[in-house]
Amino acid sequence: MTAMLEVKNLHVFYGAIHALQGVDFELNEGEIVTLIGANGAGKSTTLKTISGLLRPRQGSIAFRGVDLTRVSATRIVSLGISQVPEGRKIFAPLTVRENLELGAYTRKDAREIQESMERVFASFPRLKERINQPGGTLSGGEQQMLAMGRGLMSKPQLLLLDEPSMGLSPLLVEEIFRIIVDINAHGTSILLVEQNAAMALSIANRAYVLETGTVALHGPAAELLEKPQVKTAYLGR
Amino acid sequence: MQKLLNRIAVSVRKSPVIWAIGVLLLAWLAGRARQNPVLFAQFLVDGIRLGFVYALVALGYTMVYGIVRLINFAHGDVFMIGAFAAFFATTRYHWSFVPAMVLAMVVCAFLSVVIERIAYKPLRDAPRISALITAVGMSFFLEYFTALNFVFTPNFIVFAPQPLQFKSWNVLGVTVSNIMFVIIAVGTICLVALYYLVYRTKLGKAMRAVAWDKPTARLMGIDVDLVITFTFALGAALAGVGGMLYVVAYPQIRTFLGVMPGLKSFIAAVFGGIGSIPGAFIGALTIGMVETLAAGYLSSTLRDTIVFSILIIVLLLRPTGLFGEAAKEKA
Ligand SMILES: Nc1ncnc2c1ncn2[C@@H]1O[C@H](COP(=O)(O)OP(=O)(O)O)[C@@H](O)[C@H]1O
Ligand SMILES: [Mg+2]
Repeated sequence: MTAMLEVKNLHVFYGAIHALQGVDFELNEGEIVTLIGANGAGKSTTLKTISGLLRPRQGSIAFRGVDLTRVSATRIVSLGISQVPEGRKIFAPLTVRENLELGAYTRKDAREIQESMERVFASFPRLKERINQPGGTLSGGEQQMLAMGRGLMSKPQLLLLDEPSMGLSPLLVEEIFRIIVDINAHGTSILLVEQNAAMALSIANRAYVLETGTVALHGPAAELLEKPQVKTAYLGR
Repeated sequence: MQKLLNRIAVSVRKSPVIWAIGVLLLAWLAGRARQNPVLFAQFLVDGIRLGFVYALVALGYTMVYGIVRLINFAHGDVFMIGAFAAFFATTRYHWSFVPAMVLAMVVCAFLSVVIERIAYKPLRDAPRISALITAVGMSFFLEYFTALNFVFTPNFIVFAPQPLQFKSWNVLGVTVSNIMFVIIAVGTICLVALYYLVYRTKLGKAMRAVAWDKPTARLMGIDVDLVITFTFALGAALAGVGGMLYVVAYPQIRTFLGVMPGLKSFIAAVFGGIGSIPGAFIGALTIGMVETLAAGYLSSTLRDTIVFSILIIVLLLRPTGLFGEAAKEKA
């Protein structure tokens, strides 16, 4: 069986800066795969390229046989890929409801959208209490929940999460990761970018370690947890 | 309310002289109003009429600024083209009022979309000053190109016959006209429709999302370029309505007629807080009234000086205007 997402030899530039220098990885249906690596390794760049915000100079991204490097960002969302960006990026002046509705922008059926919203509220009950509040007035943890809820509103097959634990208290991080596992259990594949490598490896099936724009290491998450290089560089042990 | 009072208190402490002048001016106005209330009411009514025209133009400035952070200086000239479109439709081809207005809207929307695509879009990632200079250039181009003899000519053209027969009535001493009612009615319809579009529809939600954060809007699947184009078209269509109403009220047209209303509408948008839709409306009504009061009580030669001083005062006191958001944090 071929992988759900197959990234091959990806090269991405910012002007003269060669940010991704031949990244290869894949993700199978139903998996949680994590990309870990230091600040500036190219994790966010990888996700932005998958979502079509950046175009690679070389390489391919195949999602169920479609080459994403040739389709628009809008189409990528309709194909079933949704991203929860780094730093949450809530539409601050818009209400919680409007933020969620924007997550369903590519969908038409109002009743199904309403059902998705109910499902989001089941996972994040606190959002329901704040439904008419501007997104910008939520706390950091609530904003992360809103960002994830918004990402789920397009009913993605594959959810890209960029550092969902950033800036949250340990308790909230636990909660967010529990929800990620739950989302995955309901059939959504997950590509998780994290600096919190210990947490990410604890829930992922497989992992890739990114270093200055290339994959330095990869393998089953449990194996990487034991590798000395990973322990010293990313787990701080 | 409490917040507003606090804000005013802070502002008074910061710039007591300007506030003192403002209070004196209001007191003086109140005095004049007591001397001759009918005349004062007449000025206010005329000011509201003018303010509605400015509002239609100011909305385009504010929406375009909100979405691409560009002060589209060519907007006043798009307004002028709207006036000419209405003029040709009604005087040469004898179209009636509503079809001529629809034509003005369509022509302006189309022109503005073309301007955006060829002049602004290529500069979207360039430093902001580049697009601003381009906008000024585009404005001059439209004014001087259309002033050529084989286009519209540089001369004044009298807008006659009018699509509306002028009628006026005397209400308690104040003169009101059918044209004034049309301006206020059409202006109100446009405002309500715009408000509904921006705050109650999916497209409006997309506009607000794009205004806030373009990359994230793209992650939602929004076609950002399309939304920007639509915003230009929408603002220009309103300017087209404004252009037609303006020349129905002041029936002399020439290719520079957009300059002053354009600048004043821009000031109205800044006064209300550029980027804010209700701000543009309140700002435009205020500027319209200030203008007629200044012309009526002081002198019509001082009128423009006074309106332009408002820009300076606002920029000094409160650069974000009445309803402007403080500069937002963005990546
Ligand atoms: N907008 C940008 N312009 C120029 N360089 C950038 C930009 N964004 C990221 N980079 C560079 O690309 C590299 C990868 O960045 P990024 O993908 O954000 O890393 P990570 O998400 O792993 O922290 C870094 O060297 C960073 O400085
Ligand atoms: Mg990053």
